[in-house]
Amino acid sequence: MTPSSTPLVRFEGVTKRFGETVAVDGVSLDIAQGEFFALLGPSGCGKTTLMRMLAGFVQPDAGRILLNGQDIAGLPPHRRPSSMMFQTYALFPHLNVEKNVAFGLVQQGWDKARAAARVEEMLSLVRLEGLNRRRPDQLSGGQAQRVALARALAPGPQILLLDEPLAALDRKLREETQLELKALQRRLGVTFMIVTHDQDEAMVVADRIAVMRVGGVAQVGPPAEVYERPTSRYVAEFLGEANLFPDGPAFTLVRPEKMALTDKPAPGALAGEVAEIAYFGDRTRYVIRRAEGRPLLVSQANTGPRLGLEVGDKAWVSYAPEAAVALGS
Amino acid sequence: MRRPWLAAVAPYLWLGLFFAFPFLLVAKLSLSHTVLAIPPYAPQLDLSQGHAGVPAFVHQLSFETYQRLTSDRVYLSSYLSSLRFAGLATAILLVIGYPIAYGMSRFPPPTRQALLMAVILPFWTSFLIRIYAWIAILKPAGLLNAALGVLHLGPLSLLNTDTAVVIGLVYAYLPFMVLPLYAVLERQDERLIEAAQDLGCTATGAFWRVTFPLSLPGVAAGALLCFIPMVGEFVIPDLLGGSGTLMLGRTIWTEFFANRDWPAASAVAIVLLATLAVPIALFQRQQAKVTA
Amino acid sequence: MTRGPSLFNRASVGLGLAFLYGPIALLVLYSFNASRLVTVWGGFSTRWYAALAQDGQMLDAVWVTLRVGLISASAATVLGLLAAVTLVRAGRFRGRALFSGMVYAPLVMPEVILGLSLLLLFVAVGLPRGFWTVTVSHTTVTLCYATVVIQARLAYFDRSLEEAAQDLGCPPVSAFLKVTLPNIAPAVAAAWMLAFTLSLDDLVIASFTSGPGATTLPMRLYSQVRLGVNPEINAVSTLLIAVVTLGVVAAGAIQRRRSVSS
Repeated sequence: MTPSSTPLVRFEGVTKRFGETVAVDGVSLDIAQGEFFALLGPSGCGKTTLMRMLAGFVQPDAGRILLNGQDIAGLPPHRRPSSMMFQTYALFPHLNVEKNVAFGLVQQGWDKARAAARVEEMLSLVRLEGLNRRRPDQLSGGQAQRVALARALAPGPQILLLDEPLAALDRKLREETQLELKALQRRLGVTFMIVTHDQDEAMVVADRIAVMRVGGVAQVGPPAEVYERPTSRYVAEFLGEANLFPDGPAFTLVRPEKMALTDKPAPGALAGEVAEIAYFGDRTRYVIRRAEGRPLLVSQANTGPRLGLEVGDKAWVSYAPEAAVALGS
Repeated sequence: MRRPWLAAVAPYLWLGLFFAFPFLLVAKLSLSHTVLAIPPYAPQLDLSQGHAGVPAFVHQLSFETYQRLTSDRVYLSSYLSSLRFAGLATAILLVIGYPIAYGMSRFPPPTRQALLMAVILPFWTSFLIRIYAWIAILKPAGLLNAALGVLHLGPLSLLNTDTAVVIGLVYAYLPFMVLPLYAVLERQDERLIEAAQDLGCTATGAFWRVTFPLSLPGVAAGALLCFIPMVGEFVIPDLLGGSGTLMLGRTIWTEFFANRDWPAASAVAIVLLATLAVPIALFQRQQAKVTA
Repeated sequence: MTRGPSLFNRASVGLGLAFLYGPIALLVLYSFNASRLVTVWGGFSTRWYAALAQDGQMLDAVWVTLRVGLISASAATVLGLLAAVTLVRAGRFRGRALFSGMVYAPLVMPEVILGLSLLLLFVAVGLPRGFWTVTVSHTTVTLCYATVVIQARLAYFDRSLEEAAQDLGCPPVSAFLKVTLPNIAPAVAAAWMLAFTLSLDDLVIASFTSGPGATTLPMRLYSQVRLGVNPEINAVSTLLIAVVTLGVVAAGAIQRRRSVSS
């Protein structure tokens, strides 16, 4: 998706301090209209703070935040055209599903008929028709999450902010929901911004990812670019596993799945001994210990007959030169 | 909320005016002396002449009342006796209240809730009336002696004695001891006990080495919550105690209402406040920790 | 608990409850005793209740006490709510320690000191003692209890609910009223009930700060009690106990029904 000329959201040199700690340090980012943008990073890197500054719950100490080219610094949360889906869902316990979803509409003064129609539209969008009268404590985790989504989307926000929305779900549900979210976003065309620490999640749903380290952004780009061509060791190691070969002051990266493993010597291959084998069903991961240098990680899809290597066997690892990526430090 | 402290304005002003400021008046009054007038004290601040009134006013203040307090042994006895009563009653309450609170925490949750309500309910009924009930029990022709009589035991003359006061204090303040203890004990993780037993403790051992130490904040809260108000208690010594039962709350009341000696009452109040300042500060610190 | 309550536990709780309720049960029983004497059961009778209904002074006192209680409890709850919001939400601000100190101190301070200081205030500003001075005094003293009750619930309340409301377009105060308040309502009600009961029950502060024409029920009872045991007092006590018990049981039932249906 090519970003249009004016980004929907622009962070310009945004800084936030909490006491002695600098949570966000001079971050600049653009988010384009209609894209699914992910802020990915470990806890404490400032991604949630950045999102909350966009929502208006935290004020930046320095820098500007622009929405549609306008500085929104003075705007309190209730006047910003962003909607947030909270990590804990934050459904109002004293209101049923219908009233929860209609909350923002009532606030904006929609008349009853129009609001009711919109609520129905939203509930069918998230596939929760018929649950109008239920109360939040009668919903399952997955259902509660959909209600939170419907509620945030109902007022038609310019950008939807998702704060680690899938953290509470078990793995299968999480994966299904990731795909649903992506499909939903494509259908609606609304800009989504998700904050997550799970790199698989970010790569599945996002059009572009901003990989964050403490206080700042390490790299921004589409998932494939960030994964295949990371610009720093930090990004390389954060997104998946990495084999790093020192190259002077810098490193060369080769991903485990790009390495080939044999039980017979091959020309130019690196020799070693199998130290660990982990079987994941769809792939097998090997740790190969070498005489010199760090152990190598090799990941092989279990597409054909297995190698028959055991711990302690000798093995040879090779890779194509195109698979190597030069990194900064 | 941009400025949540704005919510503090109304209660702040109210408390400042009706709670904090009057203490200054009590202090000032303790430095005054009695006169036959209404109100029965002098000096009074007269600002009709402008600022000149202030030095004249200050000049007339004196520590005479405090000197009177220290010279008359009655006040000292009253002071010490208040501390003794409060200390004794608090100690008894700890010994009685802890097993009750602990027992309550051992029941399953629905029963626990009911027991909690049962302990709180007397608190909602009239304090005065519950003390009054003890008069009916303890008086010479009262129920206690009737019961003892049935067992052919001699009648006890317990009413209007120090013992009756202690009984009354223990009775009235029992919920104040049980509730903080229960709150702490109820919240304890059972798995800690299981871990202790797994590591070789008997049930009793686990109690003394794990449960009890962890419950100490509740013990402190309960003790302070009882001791501090008890020192200045009035109703119980007045209704259940004898004429020789000296407690500061009663002293203040008598000085004020019977002797019309407002300065003396104020001076005793200031002394009482000074004594309680440290326990009150301890209590505040505890509260602050809980709410931080 | 893996093991239930032991015999010792049951005995402690049983004895404790017996000790707490014994005197109360006694009062109720003897309010129906035809005989004046505590040691003699003269048969079941409601004569003391009848006498009570005729006792003008007592009835006046009840009326005064109820009005003082209603007004002071309501004022204390409003102020307590504001104080609780401040303590939970405002973080650090100048004067917080003083504020916190003023809010919590009355919880433990002996009532004679509170009563004396309030009276001196009224005298100093020349305010005649009566209905309003008692009411103001009760508000001041029960305010801290209301704060403690509300604050306990508020501290526990999930703030992201309020943020969600703001995010959906509610200005901050409106978000508080529409979302937070409905969800802490039971605590606010409990605070009101507590303040009301404390006001109903107070003797010392009322004695210092009340005036002619505003004699409260405890003041009336106290003057009677000093004269000796009067069965009419048993009747009043029983009625008070019945009212309070009904109130608490009703509140509990309403609570249970709310949590079951939702």
